[in-house]
Amino acid sequence: MNRVIFKVLRPIRKYGLRTFSAATSDLLNASHNHSATTGILEKTNSTDNVPQYDVAIVGGGMVGVALACSLATMPLTKHLNVALIDSNPALMAGGSIKKEDPPDPRVSTVTPATISFFKGMGAWKYIQLHRHAFFDRMQVWDYTGLGYTRYSAGDVDKEVLGCVVENKVLHRALLSCMEESNMQKTIYPARLSALDLSFSLKSDNVSSQPHANVAKLNLSNGDILYAKLVVGSDGSKSHVRELAGIKTTGWKYPQNAIICTVEHAVENRCAWQRFLRSGPIALLPIGDNFSNIVWTMDPKQAAECRSMDEADFLKAVNEALDYGHGPHPQSETKGGGGLFSWLKLDTTPSANEPFEVPPRITKLASERMVFPLSLMHANSYVSKRVALIGDAAHTVHPLAGQGVNMGFGDASSLSRVISEGVAVGSDIGEISLLRRYESERKAANIAMMAVLDGFQKAYSVDFGPLNVLRAAAFHGANYISPLKKNIISYASGEQGIPLFS
Amino acid sequence: MASKLLLSQLRTLTNLTYRRFINPEFICPLRPELLIGSRTYSDAPHLPPVDPVPSPIIGDNPLRKTKISSSLNQAELAKFSAISETWWDAEGPFKPLHAMNPTRLAFIRSTLCRHFGKDPYCAKPFEGLKFLDVGCGGGILSEPLARMGATVTGVDAVDKNIKIARLHADLDPVTSSIDYLCTTAEKLVEEKRKFDAVFALEVIEHVADPAEFCKSLSALTVSNGATVVSTINRSIRAYATAIVAAEYILHWLPKGTHDWSSFLTPEELVLILQRASISVQEIAGFVYNPLTGKWFLSDDIGVNFIAYGAKIDE
Repeated sequence: MNRVIFKVLRPIRKYGLRTFSAATSDLLNASHNHSATTGILEKTNSTDNVPQYDVAIVGGGMVGVALACSLATMPLTKHLNVALIDSNPALMAGGSIKKEDPPDPRVSTVTPATISFFKGMGAWKYIQLHRHAFFDRMQVWDYTGLGYTRYSAGDVDKEVLGCVVENKVLHRALLSCMEESNMQKTIYPARLSALDLSFSLKSDNVSSQPHANVAKLNLSNGDILYAKLVVGSDGSKSHVRELAGIKTTGWKYPQNAIICTVEHAVENRCAWQRFLRSGPIALLPIGDNFSNIVWTMDPKQAAECRSMDEADFLKAVNEALDYGHGPHPQSETKGGGGLFSWLKLDTTPSANEPFEVPPRITKLASERMVFPLSLMHANSYVSKRVALIGDAAHTVHPLAGQGVNMGFGDASSLSRVISEGVAVGSDIGEISLLRRYESERKAANIAMMAVLDGFQKAYSVDFGPLNVLRAAAFHGANYISPLKKNIISYASGEQGIPLFS
Repeated sequence: MASKLLLSQLRTLTNLTYRRFINPEFICPLRPELLIGSRTYSDAPHLPPVDPVPSPIIGDNPLRKTKISSSLNQAELAKFSAISETWWDAEGPFKPLHAMNPTRLAFIRSTLCRHFGKDPYCAKPFEGLKFLDVGCGGGILSEPLARMGATVTGVDAVDKNIKIARLHADLDPVTSSIDYLCTTAEKLVEEKRKFDAVFALEVIEHVADPAEFCKSLSALTVSNGATVVSTINRSIRAYATAIVAAEYILHWLPKGTHDWSSFLTPEELVLILQRASISVQEIAGFVYNPLTGKWFLSDDIGVNFIAYGAKIDE
């Protein structure tokens, strides 16, 4: 019984929302060899002219800037003095995003929980100025033709299931929000080169562990700064994590994801995901007549798909979303007792919606990018004066796109913990305080990672009975309404694990 | 009758809501072997077991301000750092104390913000107020109070504690303003010092005459100021946890650290504070939940409790 429930849960989760958290790490890796200077405000303080900060955020990607914004908007933390260390020129440039540009293929599906986090910080209004696409329906099916699931926001009395936003829009919105705040912040356009976590300001011979009251950061441009707390938001290859000696656990999947932007003849308002033998393919609306493709497959196929000409690629995508690789599942609107008709306990309004074929793709609107897939989890999220957030703490299989939402969850949680520490006069780099953040986020993140990894594994096998089980899972998800509502809420980031909450 | 009155007064006190501000989930989990009681920060780790009725508050040191100066030799400094390490190592022997600290500070913050009419959404609500921490030990309470904006004076009768506290506080510009003195409450009374709020946390069970001690606390508090006292209840449960388990089973505290008979019940504490012109406004208990590994404030004042009172206008 448990087994069945477990199987039921797996394929469903996936429809959660997807994201590409690739942008963050890209921004970070893309950086480099900037020698400081452009319009930087140096804050010098007391001893030796070395500036001291309350928080040094290493990595100014979406998650790092979100933390800065969150700190800037809470009453007890807005006075904190924050340093943001990232060599990405976008942080300094304050550039704008041109509306006419076709959508960038790096997009994130933000959950309602993330949207309310943005609204709370006052960052959502900037998203609204740019292209973004809400979707209120989702359809999930697989190549066996045995089942499908349709979700609609109405099932949980919501207006939307999620919103697809380009990563550069999310990043720009957060930067605007940060610039608008009165927080004392300094941007260092450099990379972290060394980190001393047992540094004492009273450096006379007694700079042993007990006196360590700040972290000392050496930057690639020669700058030195002190901070009570160093936050690593520097992506999956986190340098902070490495310098703090925090180990990780993880593995690579024998799969790559190919992503790109495509155009349809009509507007798309639904998120589509189909499980193929080689891996899932997803089609997400990103506004106007554009959609985003995320297609997971083995690395050899991915390389072929990237190099084939546009017409062949479009044909392959259209096939993958239609009759290719297997038949359509049968719509069961006529009550025709299919294999799983006994499961029909229903229910939610969307349960009787017939299966639909996604809108055809007419044009490729961006280059095709290929990313390797991997799973990584830091063994601990904190150590003395260090906290890891976002991809620095965990990288997930991007197929469900929970990555950046998990990162925003981290930023929100860490800023709350810092605020609670300030309330009772704690040293904000104290490990006992930081552990509160870790215990809050680790459980949530591990659960999500296990679910996503389970999906990947469930679909990496093509075996008759397993296919039937997966199909049963679709039916279960489609027709058992409490389960369905539960799943939608979990994927929206609004509650814990279905059935356990 | 009088005791009945007191009891009903206590009930009202503990029912007041002091949790508006307090997230009970503050505290990091304790190691399982430390499930018991809490406390002891006025007991420095290097001290020999205290004699049954110690009175660290009545010291014989001449009043002096102890500052680490450049005249100190490096060996001395190194020695202090070693001790300081145990006081301030959040994972060390004082871990339970560090774990509990945010809980008592949450109580202090919420009650005193109300008492002094300060904005609880301000990062430094106690700016402009003079606080006295009696029995400050290594400064575990004094430093957070200073970060919350207060002008803090910390006193301890043990000279070494003061040195450690000074050394640690000097590491942060915010806490380096704390004035640490090796002296006693009585001496300060003689000097006619006055403070807006006076704290004696986990100290009163170690003094020879709690009633006299409370009078000193009162004398140090300005009219309409606040006094905060925390201690252990003289209950069977306290005996089982704070003494039998903590000292004899877990060897968490040196044997003889606490003498059960010198503990005060909340009723007694309210009474002696009342006689010293301090009217207790709120009492809360500290409770450890072994399942979640967290300390939280509770109405259960059976073991550890904290009381906040207002100095009656004379």
